[in-house]
Amino acid sequence: MFKYFPHTKADIDSMLKSLNISSIDEIFHDVPKSVVFNGDYDVPSFMSESELRNHFASLSKKNQELTLFSGLGIYDHYQPAVINALTQRQEFMTSYTPYQPEISQGTLQYIFEYQSMIQTLTGLEVSNASMYDGATSTAEACFMACAVTKRNKVLLSSTLNPNIVNVIKTYLKFKNLEFDFVNEVSGSIDLDDLKKKLNKDIAGVIVQKPNVYGIIEDYDGFSELIKENKSLFIINSDISTLGVLKSPKEDGADIACGDCQSLGMPVAFGGPTLGYLATEKKYVRKMPGRICGYTHDLEGKRAFVLTLQAREQHIRRSKANSNICSNQSLMALYVTIYLSLMGKEGLKEVNNLSYQGAHYLYDSLVKTGKFTDPFKKPFLKEFTLETTIPKESIQTALLENGIFGGIGLDVFGEQYNGLINFTVTEKRTKDEIDNLISILGGLS
Amino acid sequence: MINYNKMIFELSNKGRVGYSLPKEIFSDYNIEQLEDSLLRKEELLLPEVSELDVLRHFTNISNKNFGVENGFYPLGSCTMKYNPKINEEMASNGAFKNLHPLQPSRTVQGAFEVYYNLQKYLSEISGLEEFSLNPYAGAHGELVGLMVIKSYHQERGDFKRNKIIIPDSAHGTNPASTVVCGMEVVEIASNKRGRVDLESLKSVLNDEVAGMMLTNPNTLGIFENDIVEITKLVHDAGGLMYYDGANLNALLGKVRPGDMGFDVMHINLHKTFSTPHGGGGPGSGPVGVTKMLTKYLPNPRIKKLDDYFYVENSGQALGQISSYFGNYLVALRAYAYIRTLGKENLSMVGRYATLNANYISNALKTAYELPISGYCMHEVVFNGLTNKDNDIKTLDIAKRLLDYGMHAPTIYFPLLFPQSIMIEPTETESKETIDEFINIMHKIAIEAKEEPEKLKQAPTKTPIRRTDEVFAAKMMIFSYKDYIEYINNRG
Repeated sequence: MFKYFPHTKADIDSMLKSLNISSIDEIFHDVPKSVVFNGDYDVPSFMSESELRNHFASLSKKNQELTLFSGLGIYDHYQPAVINALTQRQEFMTSYTPYQPEISQGTLQYIFEYQSMIQTLTGLEVSNASMYDGATSTAEACFMACAVTKRNKVLLSSTLNPNIVNVIKTYLKFKNLEFDFVNEVSGSIDLDDLKKKLNKDIAGVIVQKPNVYGIIEDYDGFSELIKENKSLFIINSDISTLGVLKSPKEDGADIACGDCQSLGMPVAFGGPTLGYLATEKKYVRKMPGRICGYTHDLEGKRAFVLTLQAREQHIRRSKANSNICSNQSLMALYVTIYLSLMGKEGLKEVNNLSYQGAHYLYDSLVKTGKFTDPFKKPFLKEFTLETTIPKESIQTALLENGIFGGIGLDVFGEQYNGLINFTVTEKRTKDEIDNLISILGGLS
Repeated sequence: MINYNKMIFELSNKGRVGYSLPKEIFSDYNIEQLEDSLLRKEELLLPEVSELDVLRHFTNISNKNFGVENGFYPLGSCTMKYNPKINEEMASNGAFKNLHPLQPSRTVQGAFEVYYNLQKYLSEISGLEEFSLNPYAGAHGELVGLMVIKSYHQERGDFKRNKIIIPDSAHGTNPASTVVCGMEVVEIASNKRGRVDLESLKSVLNDEVAGMMLTNPNTLGIFENDIVEITKLVHDAGGLMYYDGANLNALLGKVRPGDMGFDVMHINLHKTFSTPHGGGGPGSGPVGVTKMLTKYLPNPRIKKLDDYFYVENSGQALGQISSYFGNYLVALRAYAYIRTLGKENLSMVGRYATLNANYISNALKTAYELPISGYCMHEVVFNGLTNKDNDIKTLDIAKRLLDYGMHAPTIYFPLLFPQSIMIEPTETESKETIDEFINIMHKIAIEAKEEPEKLKQAPTKTPIRRTDEVFAAKMMIFSYKDYIEYINNRG
């Protein structure tokens, strides 16, 4: 007997009897003998619950939980205890996609609330119910731009996080779509180069704010230029920063996308997170993924349903604009609970505290004389410095002190040699920051 | 509390907070020091509520949901098995959950060991060489698997192979993934036995075929017993075979996709390996391949040298399809599941799942029309009631089940029958639960005959009744802002 199988011997016998067979294996008589698997899988024997706990305890010892001064898309922000308590409720966690609205109003309502929150943060009219992560949502935004404009090429800012670029490149390559890069000038996208590269083949322009260097780019003049060319303007943002920074709508974006990990999710070794995607209603029919809409039931009660499903793969099959089916629904619940707790004031405070800590660290590191800023541009919680200290020395010294940070950007390629990323969230204390400064100040 | 009827925004009261943040320390700095042109001007429409407000709100709306722990959830093709609690406990371990994905390999050896060994176990269970756990979901896995197939042909310079054969019974994601991968769909009809028609298959095989996608057991819940011929025909024509792992649960312990001749596949960890569906995700869709295809698996890959695990990014890979290592914590839950079952219990999963499905099939075939006779695998598809009087539709049957406290089966899929009802009980359901379901289904069949209005009006005992979907599509109210505008305009 095993705890996940409720079948007793008597149950099995009586079920077999009703089928007029003597063994379960007879059910598989359609399977050609040559492909029947005989014997046991070469996987370890079963474990009791205590053994499993011990096993994970020993695996845990091979990981190091570190004080994180690292960012580049995954941030160590505060997660209120309420989030875990609520997201673990089986009603949310174990249910399926809400195809039966009568018994799925819990899921549908939080998706509607999630969409409302993404709507207000981005300023755009409609958000879908979630994408896999920030990189794939940006790749889908490229597809959307191509579908809307009926053009085949996108322009990517050179200041995008290379993880996002790599995913976009893969998606475009296989769909036989093209791309080109817009140059950067002192850490920001170069408007003049954009002007040169815009032409009637360009479906969309993809930029990131804050960008891979942590710089808050200024898009003054961008949307006019891009609209005049009848292309779409796509802005990828760390969603948390939209609590204080100019919204994609205010920047004139047609599509907003990015990752929501910074809204109440653990760093989780990179996943699961959630990709958000928002646009104006005129483009909604080209939008991928599920969308929840408000309606009423036949007694007039308020209700929420999945809507405009004719866009999606289960109806449209090979004519669908995207193949997405499962999304990251439960992570949308994380976002909704987090933003409910924080409200607009809390979100501002998170950004301000992160800004303060990051700028204190920045000034202190520059003061040591060992770090210089190659860009001198505005930033929020993460920034990039140049140093002559070998990045291995930085990493080793910090790890010895239980810290991970000062990531060499050359993890993304040698064009970033000598550039080091630091990120400070509201979780980092003055002692932790001062400790980091004193360790780095002692290196040469 | 199922009458609770508030949106979180409607609880808002200016000045109320639900958070506690650290004191300001570095007050020399302030975000207002940024240039004004960089700052947001538009007001944010976010609620201002207390911590208890939030707990009550989400607890109350959760009560309008139906989860696996509420009752029987026979949703076909979705494998709604029990999601073990111990897996959740393991995934909440800070030594995994608090790892940054860019941490140096030597600080995440435990995390890599889980990744590496899980992909090894999946390879063994599938009869394939290696898996990538990076794809985020089943459809994402399909896309990545097709990318592998396309890369294979293109590397050989065989650029004209751009067609993927897909049976008409396939999941909608199959054709959609094919098009997203920049290839063409060639659909073939099923035969009278609900299986791939070999003659139809032969008629579309040529040197433009890149491969074929197949679910086995197929979406009718029946085994493609010509599978050896099918894979041979496609291979002989130069194509590769893709296994849609959506229905793998049926075969655990009995058949391995690699042994049937499949070259590439994905597994839905949120189906076969018990990770929660989360109201629609996060899932996880690992992709596995045969030895000759491993070089195309997406970056980053976790490799092992002696006892040390490290990250490899290869130039031969098809590229990157995720920011990092996919839905890592989902994979970790699947790892805990496999270790809990071990080889002894894994080998029983498919047997119990198919026993349960056949028991239902046999018990309901008098009242419900069974279009394909014979044994089914892990799920059974009926075509509505046997008695078609009174114009009772599959939708009515599904909605009536909700009144009896059970989740509805999958309906109107597969598309081969006009009134499809697809029932998948999974191995974690007891005979008592299944007997109760069978009784209710018979009761509904009688109601359909004697009190058809009861079905047409159903459900009546749920938090809401049937919804106005036309209104939703027409009004396009997608946010609280839209809702307020709608209410104001309505006056």
